Amino acid sequence: MPNVKKLIIEPLRKTNPVTVLVLGICSCLAVTAQLKPALVMGASVTVVTAFSNLIISLLRKGIPSRIRIIVQLVVVATLVILIDQFLKAFAYNVSKQLSVYVGLIITNCIIMGRLEAFALSHGSWESFLDGLGNGLGYSLILVIVAFFRELFGSGTLLGYPIIPSSFYEAGYQNNGLMILPPMALIVVGIIIWIQRTRNPEMQENNQK
Amino acid sequence: MELFNLFIKSVFVDNMIFAYFLGMCSYLAVSKTVKTSAGLGLAVTFVLVVTVPVNYLVNKYLLAPGALAWISPKLATVDLSFLTYILFIAIIAAIVQILEMIIETFTPSLYSALGIFLPLIAVNCAILGCSLFMQERGFSNVGEAAVFGLGSGLGWLLAIVGIAAIREKLRYSKIPKGLQGVGISFIITGLMGIAFMAFMGIKL
Repeated sequence: MPNVKKLIIEPLRKTNPVTVLVLGICSCLAVTAQLKPALVMGASVTVVTAFSNLIISLLRKGIPSRIRIIVQLVVVATLVILIDQFLKAFAYNVSKQLSVYVGLIITNCIIMGRLEAFALSHGSWESFLDGLGNGLGYSLILVIVAFFRELFGSGTLLGYPIIPSSFYEAGYQNNGLMILPPMALIVVGIIIWIQRTRNPEMQENNQK
Repeated sequence: MELFNLFIKSVFVDNMIFAYFLGMCSYLAVSKTVKTSAGLGLAVTFVLVVTVPVNYLVNKYLLAPGALAWISPKLATVDLSFLTYILFIAIIAAIVQILEMIIETFTPSLYSALGIFLPLIAVNCAILGCSLFMQERGFSNVGEAAVFGLGSGLGWLLAIVGIAAIREKLRYSKIPKGLQGVGISFIITGLMGIAFMAFMGIKL
């Protein structure tokens, strides 16, 4: 099944929603100071993207195009409420940490972008896979950013200390700057830089 | 004086872009020239000033735990707060649609300036985010909510006009090939964010 593979693998690299299409940045950056909330956020977004794509694709013949944005928002909001209640019930601490950013999954541009660009014109199984792939592409970037920020910012991963204490005795210090919000932007900027240097066809030309 | 503090705080200290990363998608997509970005910034401010107070009232009289007590004391134990997201986003989408119609009918010149941006705004995270922050912080009256909306909107306007101006100048500078376009915008936003952190300690 080459089609399945293509739909899931492409968004991880070639058409990554965050670094290539520049969608869904907002929530991506605020939750990446530590690895755990980033993982939870990535999983939530993947679930919402996949299922909203599936539902909208099933409904696509019945939605009048003038009010489709509102219909899409209602579907997405319902899914997000489910996720929010689920997190509150089973992972209360993480849901407190994510605070308003769970709600902001609704306006995550990746979801609306995939609904508009893919689900409205494709079958349900394909849409589901496309949503899954894009969600995973988003999670991938989230996890990479969170990995570096937590490792260098607090010297831990998922809360476990990684940098041995002999380093600290030798004078190593955690880089407090990594925890601050602006560093998330700079880390994503560097990821984009590396990706585009390795794939020159993605480069934009600014000097018109 | 309280309101003025809140205003300054929401423009500079709690800046939507630099402190919370809200509305980044349109911030990066529409910040190529100062003129269009100022248009989008104004539209966002406008929508925030209207939606935040409306959502405040909805939250106070409909959603918050025990908010339905004004209908009858029997409803005092009802908690509808799980409906927050769906109701807020529906209200925002509806208000944006209504505003679009009103502006189109009464001030065509403003419509031609803001028109193309208005539909974009319904899915701008800054709008929903501002309403959710308003709910989280529990303001005591509508005035505070409106000032918070205005301040956040102006902060967003300031940020997008700032980056647009920098990007206009950037066209003449030599940037490594892989960083051109989006990459450098990210890094500049990060640096601007660090600059804005200077406001963080300020207590008025």
